[in-house]
Amino acid sequence: MQQDSLFEYVMRLSDDSLILGQRLGEWCGHGPILEEDIAITNIALDLIGQSISLYDFAAELEAKGRNHDQLAYLRYENEYKNVLLVEQPNGDFAMTMLRQFFFDAFRLPLYEALMQSRVAQLAAIAAKSVKETRYHLKHSSEWVIRLGDGTEESHMRAQAAIDHLWRYTNELFYENAHDQRLQESGAVPLMSDIKEKWQKTVHEVLQEATLQLPSNNWKFDGGREGRHSEHMGYILSDLQYMQRAYPNMEW
Amino acid sequence: MTQAEHERHFNDKIAKEIKIEPNDWMPDEYRQTLIRQISQHAHSEVVGMLPEGNWITRAPNLRRKAVLLAKVQDEAGHGLYLYSATETLGADREQTIDDLHTGKAKYSSIFNYPALTWADIGAIGWLVDGAAIMNQVALCRTSYGPYARAMVKICKEESFHQRQGYESLMKLCNGTPQQKAMAQDALNRFWWPALMMFGPNDAESTHSEQSIAWKIKRFTNDELRQSFVDATVPQAEILGLTIPDENLKWNEERGHYDFSEINWDEFWQVVKGNGPCNKERLAARIKAKEEGLWVREAANAFAKKRAMKKSA
Repeated sequence: MQQDSLFEYVMRLSDDSLILGQRLGEWCGHGPILEEDIAITNIALDLIGQSISLYDFAAELEAKGRNHDQLAYLRYENEYKNVLLVEQPNGDFAMTMLRQFFFDAFRLPLYEALMQSRVAQLAAIAAKSVKETRYHLKHSSEWVIRLGDGTEESHMRAQAAIDHLWRYTNELFYENAHDQRLQESGAVPLMSDIKEKWQKTVHEVLQEATLQLPSNNWKFDGGREGRHSEHMGYILSDLQYMQRAYPNMEW
Repeated sequence: MTQAEHERHFNDKIAKEIKIEPNDWMPDEYRQTLIRQISQHAHSEVVGMLPEGNWITRAPNLRRKAVLLAKVQDEAGHGLYLYSATETLGADREQTIDDLHTGKAKYSSIFNYPALTWADIGAIGWLVDGAAIMNQVALCRTSYGPYARAMVKICKEESFHQRQGYESLMKLCNGTPQQKAMAQDALNRFWWPALMMFGPNDAESTHSEQSIAWKIKRFTNDELRQSFVDATVPQAEILGLTIPDENLKWNEERGHYDFSEINWDEFWQVVKGNGPCNKERLAARIKAKEEGLWVREAANAFAKKRAMKKSA
């Protein structure tokens, strides 16, 4: 029973990493400066690397003979459990950085907490990923501050990105019966603890960036239950193209 | 020192294989030649990200996606490294990039050919990076110190790129008939453009002679092209692929492969901007620069504000 819950949990983590990595990959060669082409590609690479470790672990838990590529490439849209936030289009550089910041500020405390997991393999993956995630958060926070406190235009764009993305942030802390089971056995942390840390980071960074939280608290969710936005189908069309067009081949 | 003494001193260093360093006196033409060549190389790295970057979201499995991301990231790094090398010669990075966008500066024409299938990504690694290595290994001993040192680092990474491309094609050639056909099609399309990467024949090459005298270049275009053909033919045989040239055969007497004349009309057309993707590649770079303008302005404005706060 716990195996199922753990599988579900690990798939959420890996789908978040995969889909965000996929989105960041779209920037390649189109960044605002060469240094950012390097940084964004590097973050995408880290996320794809994390997704490989996580899917490997999920495949073991599932024990149905699927490998990481089959999990990543050969599911239907409603079987992906990533949050809606990571599938949102890149938009302008402010949109990409704010999306990244909201995600990194969530991922870092989550990995830090998962390092204490009673599930040794999950703790090991978290320990390996936490260092790079710390860099990702440093990078995205610095850009949020730079854009917020830069020019009038960059401030306006950063604020517009916050106003748009805010509705997707609450879903990061989604919990259902799987989580409760895993929390009881000490496998995963309480999302309320993660949310508290996330809020602290978000408040501190936005304050330094002279940016405001929107007053509208309307929330979107569905990704964790496999109900995605219209963007998801297009992401999967690219992602799965080769595997679907040339089935059962090795690359 | 008089001009003549400076020149004698410079030529002495070149003769004794002593590297020329940024603060050393150098003839203006030597400086301009290096700026042209190094910035062209930097532009090639950056424009070269586009055909490959185009396949990141469609890479067929996670490992290939990760390898491709790593490779394209290396290329951006090479670009940055080389732009810095031009700055040691007094060039301005932004001005250099503007020269690319106005068409004044060139980049390697190979990137004006489209990457149509996944096999093209393998072919680019194998042939394009393979051809680049032929050029660049020779440049590790180039007379200008910063360029030579940049090349040592870049060559190590390029050699990894070449191997991963070859290994990826090997997988296709040992795969299904569809995969093998995909690999052959990529070779058919990339073979001639790869040979064109070495530039015009020696007799037509305007900059070659002086560059060789200054030891910026160590081998001529035709010498490097021949080495590339000689090295690549056996690799194609191992893959079981056919090089699209019916005149390709081993010449016992020369100790080299003979091959057909390159279609120089096509070569010059692509150089002049009429290749299949010239317009798209430049448009993508210009768009990135224009759309990134507000980001760079914000970063500058922020840096100024912080500097003022510190000094206040």
